[in-house]
Amino acid sequence: MNMHITRSQELRMTRPDDGLNKGDPLLVVDDISLSFGGVKAITDISFDIKKGEIRAIIGPNGAGKTSMLNVINGFYHPQEGTITFRGNKRSRMRPHEAANQGIARTFQNIALFKGMSVLDNLMTGRITLMKRNLFWQSIWRGPAEQEELEHRQAVEHIIDFLEIESIRKTPVGRLPYGLQKRVELGRALAAEPALLLLDEPMAGMNLEEKEDMSRYILDVNQQFGTTIALIEHDMGVVMDLSDRVVVLDYGRKIGDGSPDEVRNNQDVIDAYLGVSHDGE
Amino acid sequence: MNARVQSVGNPASIGNSEPDTFPKYLLHNARRFPSRPAMRHKTYGIWQSWTWSELLNDIRAYSMGLAALGLKKGDKVAIIGQNRPRLYWTFCAVQALGGIPVPVYADSVAEEMVYVLNHAEVKFAICQDQEQVDKVLSMGDELASLQKIIYDEIRGLRDYDHTDLHPIDGVEALGEAEYESNGETLWLEEIAKGKGSDLAAILYTSGTTGRPKGVMLSYDNLAISASNGNAFDHLTEKEETIAYLPLAWVGDHIFSYAQHYTAGYCVCCPESPETVDSDRREIAPTYFFAPPRVFENLLTAIMVRMEDAGRIKKRMFDHFMEHARKVGESILNGESVSFLDRLKYKIGDLLVYGPLKNRMGFTRLKVGYTAGEAIGPEIFRFYRSLGLNLKQLYGQTEASVYITAQPDGEIRADTVGRPSPEVEIRVEDNGEVLYRSPGVFVGYYKNDDATAETKTADGWVHTGDAGFFDQEGHLKIIDRARDVGKLKSGALFAPKYIENKLKFFPNIKEAVAFGDDRDFCAVFINIDLTSVASWAERNNIAYASYQELAQHATVYKTVEEHVDQVNRDLASEEMMAASQIRRFLILHKELDADDGELTRTQKVRRSFIAERYGELIDALYDGTTEKYVETEVTFEDGRKGKISATVEIRDMEMHEHSYSKKAAE
Repeated sequence: MNMHITRSQELRMTRPDDGLNKGDPLLVVDDISLSFGGVKAITDISFDIKKGEIRAIIGPNGAGKTSMLNVINGFYHPQEGTITFRGNKRSRMRPHEAANQGIARTFQNIALFKGMSVLDNLMTGRITLMKRNLFWQSIWRGPAEQEELEHRQAVEHIIDFLEIESIRKTPVGRLPYGLQKRVELGRALAAEPALLLLDEPMAGMNLEEKEDMSRYILDVNQQFGTTIALIEHDMGVVMDLSDRVVVLDYGRKIGDGSPDEVRNNQDVIDAYLGVSHDGE
Repeated sequence: MNARVQSVGNPASIGNSEPDTFPKYLLHNARRFPSRPAMRHKTYGIWQSWTWSELLNDIRAYSMGLAALGLKKGDKVAIIGQNRPRLYWTFCAVQALGGIPVPVYADSVAEEMVYVLNHAEVKFAICQDQEQVDKVLSMGDELASLQKIIYDEIRGLRDYDHTDLHPIDGVEALGEAEYESNGETLWLEEIAKGKGSDLAAILYTSGTTGRPKGVMLSYDNLAISASNGNAFDHLTEKEETIAYLPLAWVGDHIFSYAQHYTAGYCVCCPESPETVDSDRREIAPTYFFAPPRVFENLLTAIMVRMEDAGRIKKRMFDHFMEHARKVGESILNGESVSFLDRLKYKIGDLLVYGPLKNRMGFTRLKVGYTAGEAIGPEIFRFYRSLGLNLKQLYGQTEASVYITAQPDGEIRADTVGRPSPEVEIRVEDNGEVLYRSPGVFVGYYKNDDATAETKTADGWVHTGDAGFFDQEGHLKIIDRARDVGKLKSGALFAPKYIENKLKFFPNIKEAVAFGDDRDFCAVFINIDLTSVASWAERNNIAYASYQELAQHATVYKTVEEHVDQVNRDLASEEMMAASQIRRFLILHKELDADDGELTRTQKVRRSFIAERYGELIDALYDGTTEKYVETEVTFEDGRKGKISATVEIRDMEMHEHSYSKKAAE
């Protein structure tokens, strides 16, 4: 009809297809153990994350949840066990290699560039997708400019998706906490990840902000088909959002299954209520 | 009206003579201004524009698609959403088929919406996004007549059952296919059948009292009023406006649709409701309309920022603003001003006024209007002294907006101007204002009783407002006719008059005055959080909530000073001296439309408040100095909660009547 962009078109992710179907294991964690000196953070944990699902990792404080995320995105190197991502068994890997493979994450404590605008922060999320080298980037005219335009367009779709148009040019440090969290999600999304790791996306939020964030997480999953692994303390949120839940306690896996199965698992109930098994 | 009759049956000639319906105007504009921009919308950070001929192509495809889905002459179509181009196109696409668009307030809750959709018997509902689609779907079986839901934004809707749900894109594609195979002849014939006296739209009034009423407006009502308005303000196809007010409001319907089509100017839709201010700065509209609240908020934002500015900037601002207050309005009105003053004003324009106007997006403003409520004289003068041609008008849905407006050069802060072109006005003995004009509505939809009550047999309409003409022939509105009451002493009591005086202080956001059939006048006050919070921050006053700030002793003291100033003003006016405020309190919560305390257009619902806060009103009149209250509140997500507080009540000193003295001076 004409060349106008209409809002009936959805944003689609451009990362090449990995040949996996919805429901195939995207990431398999096999017998992982991690210790820092004498402290065992994680002991013999195995589980998998299937393509297209929302997988929650829960557990009391110090259960090893964040350590698990750090293992998945290559920040920690487990002493034992293997991780298979998209069918490839992974040896020692650095975080930026994980990022290149399509794993993006947000942090428990927001880790954005406070002095930069929302737009620039989101653009940094595209960095692994930029192909022009330093030479072209510094001349900027020509190919690098064209590339930036394409990335800016993708970022604008994310801004629209997260409804943050009005703060596009605001420095991140001036934003309230809830919005910063949303921007951080945006930056992770900008990398067009195959697997998105969210470390307590709703910590410190009020009810309304939590509802908004839940909505965005569900929309990301449905609209982009992004696989999501999230750590969260709010049980209501976890049970509503996730397809499957894995429960950790003292570095061990004590439960794995659908939210209902986990809810009725005696070990999980005990772990949360702090019942001692010795007394039985 | 005979001049407007035109030949039917020769579609090619539609729009050649003076058109009488909006679809005919669309064809006319596509011929007059094919490559002029008709509409803009900021999407994904970029302004996209449509020319009139592109607009015609899109609307034709959309309209033919609606026909293919079964929309017929006389069918009602609800339009629910914010200011998006395609929702505006819906008006014309529906009208081209002889259908009747019914815009609905997008922020109304499902129960309010059910009433309107059922009352109007809508067949199609056009929704902006998932939120609105969900709302309509949640009404389910209650909507007997609804057949199809059509949406603009697909986000989140992909997995919905699409049997009776269609994207506008899909509807356009359907129409496009129809156009490719069968051409547009049938569509043009349908447009040619339309005539000026046909029903063009039903606009539901927001309902200060009782159920909303559907005001039926014909093409003649809207098109003639709009054309008169264009002529009055010399509006041409070169204007640019920004559409940001609710689609269901008659003001937006005239400014962003009727005048848009009749004058052929460009309407720009903002990216989102939160970005209106920055979008306006980018567009710099030449014609702008806003309720006083918008101008108040803009001014408050500027003043707050000036308080935080550096010393030099602040002094420069104060200095030149004082000069602007002195000569700015005279220069704007074309009166004689000394050369030196003019020169200084020019320098001020360079240093202060220009940047300020740029900041607000008013650099190219040709004419700006404020209406809906009285605007504070200080605020009004502020904008005019900057050289902005801000004017007031008085209008109603039932009049297709225009009743009176201020002609250029005859601007007063306290009047609403002279009768608009072709409008006759008379004032009844009880003070009520009546009018008769080409814009007078056809009637209330399915409510003949209300129509008969409001509109006389010979076409005069009761405004329900009390007012009078001053010596210059300008109309002055004092209050709603039925709200004007009497104190026990028999003196006239016009609550809104008093409330407006209070609201002109930037610290006071809302006020509700009581006094009818009482011994004296007493008021509830809502502080303005933006302005008071900024003051608190600068003075190191810690607070956790609106409630805490509202009850702070210093805040009470400041408000007390404002009330005293109002009493002084009232004492100087013969009619009002008796209604000086004897007692006041600051409410522990902000009045909110979600709690039903304000209408959707942010007007106070007096009777509802009187009922809800009965205890507090009693306390105002029984002499107690504080009162413990619990109030139920509705949060934005619909849940309910309770807030409680001990509210303090203050007594005020009365001032001597000073009007006789003033008159003597």
